[in-house]
Amino acid sequence: MALWSRILNVFRGERVNRELDEEMQTHLEEAKEHGRDPEEARRAFGSTLRMREESRDIKLAVWLDSLRADVVFGWRQVLKWKTTSAAAILSLALAIGSCTAAFRLIDALLLRPLPVANPERLFFLTYEFKDNTGKTDTGDSFEYPGFRMLREAAKEDAELMAISYSSPIDLTYGGDQDMEKAYRQYVSGWTMGALGLKPALGRLLAASDDVKPGAHPVAVLSYDYWQRRFGGDPTVVGRTMRIGNYVYQVVGVIERGFTGTETGTMTDIFVPTMMNAKAIENPNWGWFRTWVQLKPGAGIEQTKQKLAAAMSAYKQERVKTWGGNTPKKRIDDYLKSPLLLERAEAGVSEMQKTYRQSLTILGVLVGMVLLIACANVANLLTAQASSRAREMALRVSIGAGRRRLVQLVLVESALIALIATVLGGLFAWWSAPFVVSLINPPDNPARLALPADWRVLGFAAALALGVTLLFGLAPALRASAVKPAAALKGGEDPHSRRRLMNALVAAQVAFCFLVHFVAGLFVSTFDRLSNQPTGFVAEGVLVLETSAKTTQDPVYWQQVADHLKTVPGVESAALASWGLMSGNGWSSDVWAGGKAPGDGPGSYFLSVSPGWLRTMKIPLLGGRDFRADDTYPKVAIVNEEFARLYFDGQNPVGKWFEVDRDKEKARVEIVGFVKDARYRTMREAIRATAYVPFRSADDKGGGLRPTDWAAFIVRTTGAEPLALAPVLRKEIREARPDFRVSDVQRQSELVRSHTVRERMLAMLSLFFAAVALLLAGVGLYGVLDYSVIQRQREIGIRMALGAQAEDIVKRVTAEVFSMLIVGSAAGLAMGIASERYVETLLYQVKATNTAMLLMPALTILAASMLASLPPVIRAVRIDPAGMLRAE
Amino acid sequence: MQGSLDLMVLKILSRRPGLHGYAIMTAIQEMSEDVLRVEEGSLYPALHRMEEAGWIRAEWITKETGRRARIYELTAAGKKQLAAEESRWGAVTSAVNRVLRMA
Repeated sequence: MALWSRILNVFRGERVNRELDEEMQTHLEEAKEHGRDPEEARRAFGSTLRMREESRDIKLAVWLDSLRADVVFGWRQVLKWKTTSAAAILSLALAIGSCTAAFRLIDALLLRPLPVANPERLFFLTYEFKDNTGKTDTGDSFEYPGFRMLREAAKEDAELMAISYSSPIDLTYGGDQDMEKAYRQYVSGWTMGALGLKPALGRLLAASDDVKPGAHPVAVLSYDYWQRRFGGDPTVVGRTMRIGNYVYQVVGVIERGFTGTETGTMTDIFVPTMMNAKAIENPNWGWFRTWVQLKPGAGIEQTKQKLAAAMSAYKQERVKTWGGNTPKKRIDDYLKSPLLLERAEAGVSEMQKTYRQSLTILGVLVGMVLLIACANVANLLTAQASSRAREMALRVSIGAGRRRLVQLVLVESALIALIATVLGGLFAWWSAPFVVSLINPPDNPARLALPADWRVLGFAAALALGVTLLFGLAPALRASAVKPAAALKGGEDPHSRRRLMNALVAAQVAFCFLVHFVAGLFVSTFDRLSNQPTGFVAEGVLVLETSAKTTQDPVYWQQVADHLKTVPGVESAALASWGLMSGNGWSSDVWAGGKAPGDGPGSYFLSVSPGWLRTMKIPLLGGRDFRADDTYPKVAIVNEEFARLYFDGQNPVGKWFEVDRDKEKARVEIVGFVKDARYRTMREAIRATAYVPFRSADDKGGGLRPTDWAAFIVRTTGAEPLALAPVLRKEIREARPDFRVSDVQRQSELVRSHTVRERMLAMLSLFFAAVALLLAGVGLYGVLDYSVIQRQREIGIRMALGAQAEDIVKRVTAEVFSMLIVGSAAGLAMGIASERYVETLLYQVKATNTAMLLMPALTILAASMLASLPPVIRAVRIDPAGMLRAE
Repeated sequence: MQGSLDLMVLKILSRRPGLHGYAIMTAIQEMSEDVLRVEEGSLYPALHRMEEAGWIRAEWITKETGRRARIYELTAAGKKQLAAEESRWGAVTSAVNRVLRMA
C-alpha cells in the first residue's frame, strides 16, 4: 500500500510539492499567531528546499521518480535532436522489424511445437537413399506392410502412427458438378487419441475406425475448415461427402488449433488409413510418414535399434519379390540404407525441408543488418554525446553519481529502441505474411499459420532490450566516465571517441560487404536459373489434369483431345501422363547401345500422344512424331542426351533399346529424335529421356491398358491462356461426362514454381543489402560529419597556413577510408568462409568468382563516396578567418 | 536521543489525536517545560516518514481562520509501534540508568 502510494506520488509530484509547501506555510502562520518572530521561525526551518527534498524522497519512490525524470528528459533530447533521432529510430525500426518478421517465419515454420500433448516425445522415421543421379537424399515415405512390422516390433517402447502426406483432393458434398478441393490426410485411427486431441464437435477417429481396408468411410474436419467451409455450422456432423469412389460421413470436428502435422499446409479433412484401400497391402507403394510417439521412460536409442532391426528384416523379405533384372547395386544400396529417427516436435513438412536453410541464412543476414543498425545508432549517439560532454560534466560537478548518468543515457537509448520496436513490429506484422505470399504459388492455397502471440512479442521485447544494451552501453559508460575538469575546460581526448567510431564503421562495412556478397550470390543464382533454357515454349500452354470416374481406354482419351483441337482459341491439343516440370516423373532402367543399367541414372519416360511435340514446340531433329496407332513398348522418341549417352551422339532413329516390362525385357524401336527439354527441375542436368506413346499395350492380353487419369496439354492462341480454362473444362465434361478436370495450370507457372525459392532469396537478400547499404552510408556520413565538426579549428588553422583543398580532403577522409578497406577485407574473408553454408542453394555461381567479389566492393565504395560528399564539402568550405575568430 | 522523537510524537498523538505539526512541536516544548525543542527541519520529515510507514495518517482540515492545516492521528499500526517503542525506551533508559549508577 505504502509502495503503491509512493509509486502514484511519482506521477503527481507537483501536488506533493504543493502540499509540502502549504504545510510549511501553515506552520509559519501558526508560529506568527503565537507571537514568534516570522524571520526567526523561517530560519528555524533551516534550508526549506532541503527539507522539502527530504520529505519528498520519503513520500515517493525515488528510483521511479528519477526514472520518470530521465524519461521526460530523454524524450526532450529525442525531440531536440530530431535528425539524429529520426535516423536512429528509422534504421533500428527497419532492422528490428526485419528481425521480428524473420523470427515470426522461422518460429512458425521450424520451431513452434505442434499443439498436441507431449510434442517433445514425437519423432518420425527417415532413411537415406541414392536418387536418380546418385546423390544421397533422405526419404520419409513408407509402405503399409512394412509399417505393420515396425509397429509390432516397437510396441513396448512407442506408438507408431501412419500419417499420409497432406494433399489437395477433389470432393463433393452434392453432385459431381460441384467438385471442390480440400487438403486431406490419411491417419492411423489411434493417432488422435495418442496426440491427446479433443473434439470440438462430434467425435474423433479411433483405433476401431482403422481395421479393415475400405470399410470405414468416416471423416473428421479441422476446426479451421469447419469455420471456413461451413461457417461453424453445428449440423455438419452426419453430412456426407464423396471422395473418389467412397461416400464418407463427417463424424466430428477437431478442437481449434490443430491443423495437421505438416507445417505450412493446413489439413482440412482427416480419414482413416484403411480408406486408402488399394495401398494397404501394396509393398511398393510408399504413401505416408511413420510417426513415432515414445512412451514415457522409453529410450530413443533402444527404440531406434528395435525399429532398425525390424526394418532390416522387412527389407530382406521385400527384395526377394523384385525382378531378376534389378541391378545388384540398387539392391545393396537399398539394404544398406540406415533408418533414422528425427524429431518431429514442430511438425514435418516438405516446406520445412525446402526452406529450412534459406530461412536460417536470411535470419543471419537480418541479424547482420541489425548489428549494422546498432553500430549506426551507437555512432550517432556517441557523436551526439560529444556535444553533450559539458552537460554531463556539469551533472557530475553538482553531484550526479556514475550510476545515475549511465541510467540517464540508457533510458534515452531505451526510448529510441522502444519507438523503433513499435514501428518495427508494425513492419513485421505486414512483412511476414508478404514473404509467405512470395513463396506460395497463387493457385496453391496451402497456408502457414503465422500467429503473433507471446512468443513473437517476447522475442521483440528481448530484441529491444538487447539492442538497447548493445548500442547504448558504450555511450552510457563513456558519458559516465566524463572528467568534469577536462570537459569544462574545452574537451577531453577527442581521439579516443573517434577510435571507437572508426572501429564501428569498419564493423559496419564488413557486415555490409558480407550481406552484399551473399545477396549477389543469390541474385545471380536466380538469374542463371530462371534463364535456363527449358527446351520447350511454355507461354500459351495450359495443363489440364483430368481424372475419370473409372478407368477408360486410351482411345476415349484421344477422342477428347481431338475434340479440344476444334475449340475456338485452341491452336493444338495433346495428351500426356502429366505436364513437364509438374513435379511428376517416371524413371526406368534402359538397356541400349550395349550398355546395361547399374551405375547410370537410367532414363526418364513420359507417355505422350501424337501432336504433343508440336504443342510443346519441341523441335524434331530426325525421324517422325508418333502416329495414331503407335503403342508402347513398340516405339519411342528420344532426346539428344539419350543419343549422347547410348549412341555416342549419333542420330539414333532406326536403332532400339530394351526396357524391363513385367520382369521380361521388351524391345523398343526409336522412331524419332528430338532436342533436349527439361523434364522435372531446373537444377538437375538434362537427362536421357524417352517419350513413348500414350497408348500402352496391356501386359496381359493384347488390348490397351486403360487409365483413369491423364493431362490434356493445350496450346491456346490468346494472350492469357487461363481465360480459356472454363471453356475447356466445359468441353471436356460435355465430350465425356465422366471426365472431370481436377486442376488447370499454366505451363509457364509450372516452370516458374521451380525458381520460387531462389526468387524469394534473391528479393529478400537484395532488400537487406539495400537496407545495409543505406545504414552503412548513414553511419559513414555521421562519423565523417562529426570528425569535420570536431576538427574545424584544426582545419581552419591548416587552411590559414596555406593547405590546399585536396590536403584537407585527404586528411578528413583518410582515416575513414582506411576503415573502409579494413572492413571490406574482413567482409571478404567472411564471405569466402561463408560460401559453404550457402553452396547448396546456389546454381552455377562460385563465390570465388571475381565479379561476385568485385560487385559488393564497388557498390560500397560508390555509396561511401556519396555519403562522404557533404562532410567533405563542409570541410573544404570552412572559412579560416571566421573559424579562428570564433574561439 | 535516537528514536525519541518518533516516540514522543506517537505518544502525544495517542493522547491528543488531530494535532498539526506546529501543535505537536509546541506540545513537546510545553510538556518538557522548555527542555526539549524539536527542530522544524527534523519534525516534518519524521512525520512524513511515519506517515509512509503507516503509523500515522494525515488529513487536511480547514480551520476557522480559513487556512488549511494538515492534522495527524495514530493508526492501529501506530498504536502497536508506540507500545513497542515505549517498552524499548523503558529498557534503554533503565539500562542507561544502571550504567550511571554502577559507574
